[in-house]
Parts: sequence; structure tokens; C-alpha cells
Amino acid sequence: MLKQYLDRFSWVDFLLKVFQVAAVAVLIVGIFNSLGAAKYTPGQWVTLIFAGLAQGSIYALIALGYTLVYGILLMINFAHGDVYMAGAFTAVFLANSLAASGFLASHPVWSVLLLLLLATSVSMALNVIVERIAYRPLRGAPRLVPLITAIGASFTIEYTFRGLYGAEFQAYPIIPALDGQFLNLAGFDVPYTQIVVLVAAILLMVSLYLFIERTKIGTAMRAVSEDKEVARLMGIDVDKTIMITFAIGGALAGAAGVFNGIFRPQGVFFFMGFIPGIKAFTAAVLGGIGNIPGAMVGGLFLGVFEAVGPNLILEGLGIPAVNQLRDAFAFTILVLILIFRPQGIFGERLAEKKA
Amino acid sequence: MLKTLQKNFQSIRKFALFGGILAFYLTAIGIVEAFAPRNLIGSFLSLGHVFLVLGATGAGVFIAQTMKETDTKSIYFAGFLTGALSSVSLVIFNIIVQVFVVQANPDSIFQLRSMFINFSEDIQTFLTFGQGMVLGNILLILFFGIMGLLGVSFVSLPEKIRRGWVNAWIWVLAIGLFSENVAQIIQELFGPALNKVLFFNKSLNTTSAIVFFIITFAVGYYGIKKETNTRWQAMPEEKQKKGRVIITIFSIVFMLALPWMVGLFLSQALFMIGLFVMMGLGLNIVVGYAGLLDLGYVAFYAFGAYTMGILTTTSALGRGDLNFWMAVPVAMGVGVLFGVLLGFPVLRMRGDYLAIVTLGFGEIIRILALSNWLAPIGGGAQGILHIPQPVFFGIVMNKPQMMYYLVVLGAVLAAFVTIRLRSSRLGRQWMAMREDEDVAEAMGINLVQTKLLAFAIGAAFSAMAGAIFAARLGNIFPHSFNLLISINALALIIVGGLGSIPGVVVGALILVGLPEMLREFAEYRLLMYGILLIVMMLVKPEGFMPETRLKREMQADKADQAIEAEG
Repeated sequence: MLKQYLDRFSWVDFLLKVFQVAAVAVLIVGIFNSLGAAKYTPGQWVTLIFAGLAQGSIYALIALGYTLVYGILLMINFAHGDVYMAGAFTAVFLANSLAASGFLASHPVWSVLLLLLLATSVSMALNVIVERIAYRPLRGAPRLVPLITAIGASFTIEYTFRGLYGAEFQAYPIIPALDGQFLNLAGFDVPYTQIVVLVAAILLMVSLYLFIERTKIGTAMRAVSEDKEVARLMGIDVDKTIMITFAIGGALAGAAGVFNGIFRPQGVFFFMGFIPGIKAFTAAVLGGIGNIPGAMVGGLFLGVFEAVGPNLILEGLGIPAVNQLRDAFAFTILVLILIFRPQGIFGERLAEKKA
Repeated sequence: MLKTLQKNFQSIRKFALFGGILAFYLTAIGIVEAFAPRNLIGSFLSLGHVFLVLGATGAGVFIAQTMKETDTKSIYFAGFLTGALSSVSLVIFNIIVQVFVVQANPDSIFQLRSMFINFSEDIQTFLTFGQGMVLGNILLILFFGIMGLLGVSFVSLPEKIRRGWVNAWIWVLAIGLFSENVAQIIQELFGPALNKVLFFNKSLNTTSAIVFFIITFAVGYYGIKKETNTRWQAMPEEKQKKGRVIITIFSIVFMLALPWMVGLFLSQALFMIGLFVMMGLGLNIVVGYAGLLDLGYVAFYAFGAYTMGILTTTSALGRGDLNFWMAVPVAMGVGVLFGVLLGFPVLRMRGDYLAIVTLGFGEIIRILALSNWLAPIGGGAQGILHIPQPVFFGIVMNKPQMMYYLVVLGAVLAAFVTIRLRSSRLGRQWMAMREDEDVAEAMGINLVQTKLLAFAIGAAFSAMAGAIFAARLGNIFPHSFNLLISINALALIIVGGLGSIPGVVVGALILVGLPEMLREFAEYRLLMYGILLIVMMLVKPEGFMPETRLKREMQADKADQAIEAEG
């Protein structure tokens, strides 16, 4: 028994286990200390959680694009964060015009729908173009090759938009109907914008889920992700299905761009997609890449974790100025998940097969 | 003739569309306008013009290649047609600008100009040669047609003339482009008088351009380059060997003398090239040999720079008070340590996941370096100041020329290690692992050890580069260690050819040297990287200077694909 165990003993596994235990220990100590110090009221925690949920729903929408593409092509569309940027950056000009003309104040719902229409079409078109130019000619190439073109596509998009719209920051206008309004939820005040973003994102995600599960195109997408060759034999146009997948992913990213503008009006610029892109990828992995409900839950989870985590864990460890470390915290989650649970929360078998 | 044109109309339309989109794209993102003031020859041919006609000329080249079989006259006609058609997009551009910008209602809420910053009256004037909307656009169409003809001429002229023609264009444009650097070198070597003859205000003057054109044309026409090549081939083996030795000695002397010939500014560029050669060689071991795609390579560069900073700085952050020569091995040691530490958790990861995790590492390190938390060690956002320059036997190396030697030394060391490792047991283990990890493990290769060694050796060179960088600059800030450095290093080994050592040098010359020399490109540098990465992977995935083994693989892959596509 012992001999058998010793035979199979591996230093790598052992040290990884030690690392894992240490990470969990740090987490627990941090939480314990911060809650013990009682620096924040429950109301503050709830505020943080709702802000995290709204941010997380934006991550989730972007993450869906990663997951859809990974499910079918087993590649990370590195340029996806920039597709999100494209939609957000284009719509900001329309938003400002609508605000200047007074239409935004008089018809807020129609305005947001118009913005969504513009952003989703730009992002959708861009994602389809990227797929056509940078990925389609490379089907069957070594896996390193499309990853490198994806990095290239990411830079190309960023600096193209910088050339088109300039390098300055743009700001979304504040929607008067939502400004300064709070919804009272069980005694806690939650800003309207966050509720709107969260609800709209969830609506989009549910309709995507139904689309994938119920429609013919959705079935084709699932078939292609299962096995391209067999799908082709069944009469499915694989290239077209892949194109549709990219279009849907792009559209969701564009919508996320508009929601981001509502939730966080400041700071739309050509490089804005990079960090949300990586975080959304984290969310996709968290939920099990290739798994659609997983990406939604992963996004919301990451958003909350990122909002609460620095205050809850890092502050308890006596680290000053924790808000500077928010991004580092999210990336650490990414690293830890990829190391210890690459199949994600829901354990999609796809990731196990390929990761 | 009409019939041939009709038959080829589809390709004409296709290439004209390509040329038109390219011209429109370059105009809309502002490249044409940004480079319009940068004259190449006299004051009538600017870099903006070159970018403007890239689409039309390219379309001409393509159409000439597709119609190679048909008669010359219709090829030229098709070239003109393609070029002219590709100008349609710019005519549309001009009309858009005319309607929405020039004649825009200043009271209206939406101004096109506030969105698309390059849709300006200036660029319209540039496109229409200042001749107004009607005449200007006609001129534009004609101009593009002629540029289409030029593209055709690059392919369809009789062989000897074609060689001279292409050669002459490339050389004259290159001299015009690098005029500043050429002028600098001439000034160092021959004094300022010659420059006044050759150049006028950063551009070649017309007479000297014509002279250069004729010389380079003759060189191409008489095939001097080809002739030397054949003569070299014809020489006996021993003589070739001798010749090679002479060439090697000559190039070493040239390398050593180089910084003193080119002046301060270009020496700085050479320093940066050497630095990136060093990093590229290190990353080449990780990515090219071991096949581990590392996007967080900048982390080790940062570790090297910070180690150097902390150990040698004279400011309050300094600990240890070592000198440069003692700090470099320590920095490399720190690099190795973190190479192993960061490599360890990712041992079980492959491909995409590895890339993302290493990217995450790189970002985490940068954010930590910026944070207040670690500010007592690394200085936070203020960075580390007052890092002394290395002292070599009493000489302070405060000039880029001196640092260049240091960097060349480091790069040669890195190249030596790489060459020795390549066909060693370890090198072959890496390549086996790159091909297939499972098979490699089954063959008895210790994956843990092999991977960690790759990470550690790669990290050591990156840390060394970082340490030299810190000593050169004297100050380091967390902002210098961003993702772009990793991408830069990765891009240069890919452009040069994964796994190839001369490829790293070529890649660094193209991706680091060119942008350093052409400061005007700074704004569009990353755009060009992005496009280059995509085009490289689509057209020449094995790189400019491919490693033989990898080239065979890439081609085998292609052959497999072809078989698959047929079957």
C-alpha cells in the first residue's frame, strides 16, 4: 500500500498541493481578519456586491464570445476584448449626439436600443471580418499560429480605431432617467443603472441560451462544436456556422460595450478592451470554457469576487491601498483557476480534453 | 483585347476592390495624412504618397501576376483599369468630406469630423492635388491608373530591365526614407559638405535621386549581384572557406566599428536592437525550442531591471551597494529563480492556457510594482532613480556606444549558449517536447526538468537584458515593463523565424531597428506590428530566416492540409 503510494508520488503534485493549501489558508486568514475588524457595514458590502454583479454581467457577455468560439474552434480569440471596444467606442459618438439633441432625455429606452443596434452591428461585423481574414485561412495549422494572428488582430484593431477616432478618452452621457435613482431592495439602496444593466444582460443571456438550444442554427452550432467532420457530413455548412458563431459573439460584446457605457460612463478609449478581455476570459474559464451557462455564472462570480475580494481578503492581510490591486487580484484568480481547476466550476469535459 | 479584359474582369474587380479598400483604410486611419509632410524626393514625392498608392500599385502587381499568360498590351491596360478603379473609394471619400465636413452645417448636433478625426479638408486637398473637386478627382483617378501601370511594370517588363527597374525604385525610396540616418552616417564619415549636395531638408533632392536611380538601375540591369553569386559558387571549396573567414573577420571589425561611424542617435538604436536580440534569443529557447508560448516574458526583464536598480542605486531604496558587474550575475540568478518559481505552477499546462497564465503573471508583476504595497522595495509608481552607469577599469560607460559593446557581448553570450544547447541532449529534448509532450514523456524525457530548464535559461537572458537596460537608463519605472515588451520579443522571433538564431537578429533589425530609425512611425508602430504578425502567419509562417527543421515541419503541415483539402 505504502509502496504503491510512493511509486506514484510526484514532487510536482506534492508541491502544487502545498501551494493550493497555502492559497486557501491565505484566503481564510484574510477573510477572517477583515470580518473581524468590521471596517465595513453590511450596507457597504451590499453596495459592493451589486456593483460587482453589474460589472460581472458585462464580463459575462464578453465571456460568452470567448466560450462560443473556444467551443467550436478550440482557440482563444485574443482580439475579442477589442471587438468589445469597437462597439463601445463607436456608440459613444451616437450617444453624445443623442444627448445633445435631447432625444436621450425624452426617449431613454429608444436611445439605448439605438445604441445597442449600432454597437452590436459594428462589433458583429468586425468579429466576422477578423474571422474571415485572420482565422479562416489557418484552419488546420498548428495551434500556435492562429493564436499569434489573434494577437496581431488585437493590435491591428486597437490602433485602427485609434487612427479612426483618435487617442482621447470619450465619455458616455449620463442618462437623466437613471441618474441618481435608487431602488430599495430589502432595506438597501441599489442604483438603477446597475439593476438595468444586470437585468438587460441576463435577458440577453437567456435569449442566447434559448437560441442555442431551440433553433436550427443553434443546433448546427452545437453539432459543429461536437465534431466538425460529422457535422459536415450531415449537411451543415461548417464555415457558415463558424461565421455565425463569431457574429453572435461579436454582437454580445458590442452590447456589453453599451452596458459598460451606461454603468461606467467615463473612460472609453482604444485600449479599453484589453483588461476586460482578459477578465472575461477568466470568467469563461471559471465557468468551464465552452460551456454557455458556465460563462454567465463565471462572469457574475468574477465580477462579485473582484469587487469584494480586495477589501475582504487583501485588506485582512494588512496590505495598503487595496484598490490598486483590483486587476492583479482578478489575474491571480485566473492563474489559480487555470492551475488548480482548468475545467472550471462546472467541469466541462471539453477543457479536460484539450487544456 | 476587349475579350481578354472581359474574361479577366472578375480578377480586375477583385484586385481593384482590394486596392480601393486599402487606400481608403490608410487614408481614414490617418497614415496618409500623417506622412504627407515627410518628403522622400524633392518636395513632390512624400511618404504619404507612397502609402496612398500602395493599394493601386499592389493591385497592379497582382493583376499582372494573374494575367501572366495574356498579351502584354492587355495586361497594361488591365493594370491601368485596376488602378483607376481602386481610386473610386477615395473619390467617395472626397465626396463624403465635401458634403459632411466642408459644407457641413456648423449648427448641426452631429459633426462627422468629431468622430472620424481624419476626415478633414487638409487630406481632401492632398488627395485632389489642390485642384478642387472636379479636376482634382479626375487627376486622382488618372494618377491611380498610372500607379496601377507601375505595379504591372514591376512584373511584366522584360527580365533584365525589370530587375534594374525594381532595384532602382527600392533603393531610391529606401534612401529617401532613411535620409536622416544616411545623412548622419555621411556626416560622421565625410563631414557635412556632401549632405548639402545630396539632401534637401530631409529629402533627397531631385538630381541626386536621378543619379541614384541610374546607378541602382545599372546594378540591377547588369545583374552584378547575381554574377558575384555565381562566381562565388564556382570557386573551389578551399577558397570559399578562406573567403568565409575573411568575411567573418571583416564583419566582426565592422560590428565593432559600427557605433563610431553612425553617431549617437543610431548608436542608441543599435543598443536597443542588441537588447532585444538578447531577449529574443532567450525567448527563442522557451518558445522556439521548447514550444512553450510565454506571453509574460517581460516579468523576467522587470526582475532583472529591478534587481539591478535595488542593488546598485545610490538613492534611498538602494540595498547592497554592489557595482554593475557584481549585480549582473545576481540579476540573472534572480531571473532563474523566478523562471523556476513561475514555471513551476504552469508545468501541467499547454498551448493557449499557458499563454494566458503567463500573460497574467506579467500583468500581476507590473501592477504589484506599481502598487503602494511594494513601494518600500521597488519605489511604486516613482520607480527607482539614480542607478549608476557601469564602470569598466575606471572608464564610466555613459555613452550609448560603450553600452553597445556590452549589449553585443551579452547577445554573443546568449547566441553561444543557444547554439551549444541546440544540438545537445537538452536541446533535442526540448524539440521532442515541442513536437509532442506525451510521446516525449513516453520516451523517457523528464518533462518537469526539461520545461523548468527552458523557463530558467530564457528568464536568465531576459533578466540580463533588463539589468543592462536599467544601468543604461539610470531610472526605471513600472510603466516600462508592460505587455508590449513581451509582444515585441515574441513578434521579432516569429518574424525572423521560430527557433532560428539569425532570424532573431533579422527580426530585431526589422521590428526594433526600423521603428527606432523612423521616429515618425512611432504612432503607427503597433498597428504595423499587428498587421505584420497576421500577414506573416498567413503568407510565411516559418519566418524570414527559417530554421531548417521547423521549415520542413511547416511545409509538411501545408502538404497535409493540401491532401486533406483534396480528400
